[in-house]
Amino acid sequence: MSITPRVLATLAAMTAASGAQAQSIDETVNQIFASSTGWFVNFIFAPIPGTSFPWIVAWLVIAASLFTVYFGFVQFRVIRHSLHIVSGKYSDPNDAGEVSHFQALATALSGTVGLGNIAGVAVAVGIGGAGATFWMILAGLLGMASKFTECTLGVKYRNEYADGTVSGGPMYYMTKGFAERGVPGGKFLAVLFAIFCVLGSLGGGNMFQANQAHEQLAGVFGQYPGWITGLIFAGIVFAVIVGGLKSIAQVTEKVVPFMGVLYVGTALVILLMNFQHIGPAFGQIIDGAFTGAGVAGGVVGALIQGFKRAAFSNEAGVGSAAIAHSAVRTKEPITEGFVSLLEPFIDTVVICTMTALVIIITGQLMIDPATGDYVLNEAGKIATLDGSSGVGLTSAAFASALPWFPYVLVVAVLLFAFSTMISWSYYGLKAWTYMFGEGRNQELSFKIIFCVFIVIGASANLGPVIDFSDAAIFAMAVVNITALYFLMPIVKRELTSYLSRLRSGEIKRYH
Amino acid sequence: MPDTIVVACDGSEAAGRALDFAHKRAKQQGASLLVVHVLEWSPYSFLTPEEIAERHARRTEELARAEEHVIAPIIAAYADKGVSITTSVKYGHVVETLVAEAEKAGAAEIISGRTGNSGVMSRMFGSVAGTLAQVSPVPCTIVP
Repeated sequence: MSITPRVLATLAAMTAASGAQAQSIDETVNQIFASSTGWFVNFIFAPIPGTSFPWIVAWLVIAASLFTVYFGFVQFRVIRHSLHIVSGKYSDPNDAGEVSHFQALATALSGTVGLGNIAGVAVAVGIGGAGATFWMILAGLLGMASKFTECTLGVKYRNEYADGTVSGGPMYYMTKGFAERGVPGGKFLAVLFAIFCVLGSLGGGNMFQANQAHEQLAGVFGQYPGWITGLIFAGIVFAVIVGGLKSIAQVTEKVVPFMGVLYVGTALVILLMNFQHIGPAFGQIIDGAFTGAGVAGGVVGALIQGFKRAAFSNEAGVGSAAIAHSAVRTKEPITEGFVSLLEPFIDTVVICTMTALVIIITGQLMIDPATGDYVLNEAGKIATLDGSSGVGLTSAAFASALPWFPYVLVVAVLLFAFSTMISWSYYGLKAWTYMFGEGRNQELSFKIIFCVFIVIGASANLGPVIDFSDAAIFAMAVVNITALYFLMPIVKRELTSYLSRLRSGEIKRYH
Repeated sequence: MPDTIVVACDGSEAAGRALDFAHKRAKQQGASLLVVHVLEWSPYSFLTPEEIAERHARRTEELARAEEHVIAPIIAAYADKGVSITTSVKYGHVVETLVAEAEKAGAAEIISGRTGNSGVMSRMFGSVAGTLAQVSPVPCTIVP
């Protein structure tokens, strides 16, 4: 008997034996979770007084727009040069064997391309309608400037230790950068960021992933209690981050990029199969973006959903990518900024848009033929063909064109969820050790907490989990963007100097 | 200026035979030897966040190990035997790097050992000697 049927048989037995009791475990976890995190969620998503617009969304949009203008639309000016850098044309051959720009980008991407791209987008169009896609793309394009700013700083102010390892990220540019500019409060911001980063790693980097992975599994193989998925996931993650079973992580890192390509490729095939609907779909997107087409909250509702999901998916302004990008080998920190701005583009403008287009084109969102408006269900969300939401909606959309796709999606979702968890466990760990010091015990305690939260995430309902995930990630952005405002003149100086040296030919092209 | 002969070296027995052969030939011709050791590496591989953070440290270790276990024994065995020997340790695709080093040094010849795998194995994984024979810009000797 091979291992898979045995595991499945055990699962089935466990489910049968503990059905009633298990449901109550799930419900208890869910209740405690919702009641203990509610205040934090309410604070982060509080509307600007007198409007229905959450201040946090405004905060992100304003920051991304400001960086875009301040750096002279850097994301559009340098994108060709970015691609040259990633392909290694400017890499010194003597640095071969060090972390390349491509590797830093690929690793950061596997941390961001996760369920946000599959499930988060479905949530956005499920509430905000097709129009949310437009705002999502715009947020992705603007977010490129935020990402550029934070990743340049991440490399510039990283710590290089005597043993050759590197630690970087917002904690370091907050302390060192503020000290350099003679601004007080760097240390305070750094600790605050570290706290939210730990929460974010447990929320969006962990519980949200576990939750949606479970939903996809249950959707394909039939309902069973979430804690089972949670325990299995926690076991594997534990084996990797505590047990040092690196091979699992290495295999995932190698397979995930191919899954990403497969996902986008399949979406393209479905779009081609329905090519006569592509025009009307874009019509719906543009129309919905500016008229609101009957969704809850109208245009603003669509905009909020689009911006929220984009920020959650590409993490621009959040500060997490600055941790991943900081180990690259380069003499020019700004080059890593150029590379990192491709990340929101790939993540949001390409992958998220694919998901949204497939959902829209396959007609999953129910439209009232008489008025042309969406049909809303009692929760104020758009009614879907089979009543699914989140990852289930994406799955249904793909399945309507390719019936076998949910099985592929299960594999993709599990791998994306897993790689995102591994990346975020590392981000969380860096923040944790920044606060409590490096050491075996400190590291172990965080890793155990991380695994416990996987079980909680898989058991909780989507509502409280997704709210808390968002809140924690956005709280990171509050602190990080504050620091970016103070430090952006440093990035500007680097940018001007680099571009003039590039024009004069002082920056050498090797290949 | 004497000719330079490039010898590919990975510390294996086959590489040892190639080096012996190259040394004899260099002595006859009054040529000098450039021993090249390549550590297989692609800048397009995928790494975990932890591997990325530790990469610089690992690279330093790998280079030290290569110096100690591959280069040092060669120097010990062939120094003062009438042929001038220089060494080079590089990261990259094995064949491409050998060719690049040979071109940089203006080498007259590349000498390499071979693993002796035939058929299926080399069809699947390719062979350094086979590819080298195909792409070498200078005459190339494969030592059995």
